Amino acid sequence: MKNKIVRWGLMIAGIASIFLTLPTNTYAQESHYSYTYDYWGDVQECPDVYSVAKVFTFKDLGLEKNIRGAESLFVKDNLVYLCDTGNNRILVLERTGTDGFELVKEFDSVKGVEPANLASPSDIAVSDDGYMFIADRGNQRILKVDMDLNYVMQFDAPVDSTLASDYIFQPDKIVIDTAGRVYCSAIGINKGLIKYEADGVFTGFIGATPVSYNFTDYLWKKFASQAQRARMDSFVPTEYDNVYMDKEGFVYACTGKVSEDDLDSEKVDAVRKINMLGTDILVRNGDYPIYGDLYWGGKGGISGPSYFKDVTVLDNDVYVCLDQNRGRLFGYDDQGRMVFAFGGNGNMDGYFRKPVSVEHMGNDLIVLDTMDCAITLFITTEFGELIFEAMDQFDHGLYDEAQASWEQVKLLNGNYTLAYIGIGRSLLRKGQYKEAMKYFELKYDDENYSKAYQQYRKGWIKHNIAWIVAVIVLLFLVPLTLGKIKKIRYEIDIADIFKV
Amino acid sequence: MFKTLTKKETYIKYLKSLKFSLYCMTHPLDGFWDLTHEKRGTYAAANTILFITVLVRILKLRYTSFLFLNVYWEDINIFLYIASILFPLALWVVGNWALTTLFDGKGRLGQVYMATCYGMVPYPLIQIPLMIASNMVTIEEGQFYQVLDVISLIYCAFLIILAMGQIHDFSLGKNILFTIASLFAMLVMVFILMIFFSMVTQGISYFVSIGKELMFRM
Repeated sequence: MKNKIVRWGLMIAGIASIFLTLPTNTYAQESHYSYTYDYWGDVQECPDVYSVAKVFTFKDLGLEKNIRGAESLFVKDNLVYLCDTGNNRILVLERTGTDGFELVKEFDSVKGVEPANLASPSDIAVSDDGYMFIADRGNQRILKVDMDLNYVMQFDAPVDSTLASDYIFQPDKIVIDTAGRVYCSAIGINKGLIKYEADGVFTGFIGATPVSYNFTDYLWKKFASQAQRARMDSFVPTEYDNVYMDKEGFVYACTGKVSEDDLDSEKVDAVRKINMLGTDILVRNGDYPIYGDLYWGGKGGISGPSYFKDVTVLDNDVYVCLDQNRGRLFGYDDQGRMVFAFGGNGNMDGYFRKPVSVEHMGNDLIVLDTMDCAITLFITTEFGELIFEAMDQFDHGLYDEAQASWEQVKLLNGNYTLAYIGIGRSLLRKGQYKEAMKYFELKYDDENYSKAYQQYRKGWIKHNIAWIVAVIVLLFLVPLTLGKIKKIRYEIDIADIFKV
Repeated sequence: MFKTLTKKETYIKYLKSLKFSLYCMTHPLDGFWDLTHEKRGTYAAANTILFITVLVRILKLRYTSFLFLNVYWEDINIFLYIASILFPLALWVVGNWALTTLFDGKGRLGQVYMATCYGMVPYPLIQIPLMIASNMVTIEEGQFYQVLDVISLIYCAFLIILAMGQIHDFSLGKNILFTIASLFAMLVMVFILMIFFSMVTQGISYFVSIGKELMFRM
């Protein structure tokens, strides 16, 4: 008896071990590098939109000293400015070919001002007329210098009665507009961006995030004593992590310093597009809010929402947000729909440990990782190239070409929502409403569908108006005449003259 | 029983009682009184109405425009969907009857069922045209859909509550009181069912673990 059980047990164990060793879970092993979310919020794997051209460390750039604690990148034409914050210097790199960077300049001081040496330069911006604006954080100033590093002027701490008397001005990120105005996000200032006129005069704060609090916190605060209240978090706007000025002069600002609950309930936004009045004009027509990953599971010790550390806007209005939390890049189009998401934490090329800055050169992306002390150059793949081409063609009114490009995209990735909507929008512009409706319905785009349907219905009614009128008239006339006939018959029946 | 199926009068009565549901819809007080007290309703008609209601609820998933109803087909369980009408209905009928029979309610269990089914008539009557019309509107005109959708449900609830008052011969106040009480009875029954099922699962898992233990010892 016992023998039999042992034998059976061995057999079951043997079969089980065969099944266990079979590679049944290939799906789980394949970690998707690029993905998008579909209408239902399901992750849809996606062919890569970007691929790594090369990763550059200090040796690749021909430097003697390793990059340390670098915080920011700036791209102007084919030059990349890298703020090597930890080494108090700024590097200027020139793009040579598709996968090459060459060091053209390196400086750690300017001429004609005291102190001349830079201290923790945290950001740099270069204007069209060739002036460099450097956020010299350690020296509490923003410097304006010409290309030969001659001092032109500086922007000092804002003079404002609401700031504490012991406030230390630490400019963090700066952008400049075409008129030479400077917008600066500074550490410890939550009133929005500091705005300076071109002549260096501080003219106020713009674009503070709306203050959010939840009701229970508010109640607690009502009943708390003075001392308790002091220890609680105060309800204040959040600081921006980074800013970017697009080609039209709108400031894109992103922040990761928000609570999960606020982000989840969409009380605060991770990215904002600020106009000159300081109001948020970012278009949010996508199926999901713009905060990167939709699911924040605690895998690999990383929890919480995406931390948007930097944002950059491509020339076709696609903006790319850099998630420091999971080392990912999220692209959104001008309607707020996700174009791509890719990346991850790790040591391989194309993965990051602590990315801090993203910039673009054409459609190529450059990401600075402060812990890897390296910059990664991403170039578009065939798939990505097609997407951007289709967007450009649509923007230029080439609807036939745009449709053809989106069809190509659809061939490469049948799960790609934007391809269907792109084809639909091209068809809509060309007046093929019925076909457009089909594509919109496939991806549940109700607004575009309604637009197409309205036109289709209008055309249909115009075409069939004769029939519609005929049917309505019949519907009224037939019962009327029938009633009349009945009435006449009835009157004949009860008429006296026929009575016998 | 099958003999009656061959008679013509059976069908005439069936159709007549089915048509009577329309009268109940427009004249609830009068109609639901006659439904049981004058025996103008039939179980066959009640079953038909229930069947059509369930059918419409399922058809709605497929044929409503995606502007108003998006279905994640991977998650749809058709049996759960059918049960989403039948289960509350069963709870309501049993709960209502069990309570009202203790407090001078004139209606019997079957009559409660019949009246409730007759009360569901507005649902298919409104939902079927609505389902077709939903494919002919844009999202801006969708407000009409939402309003009518809600009206169909409120109308049904209104009819069912009035029907209960009529078949039990209750005054309005008593009727409302027992409607609320019936809802509580439904909750209690759900609670007991949940306890029952969790007890059964635990009971089974007890024997399963004994079996496992025995296997280890052998």
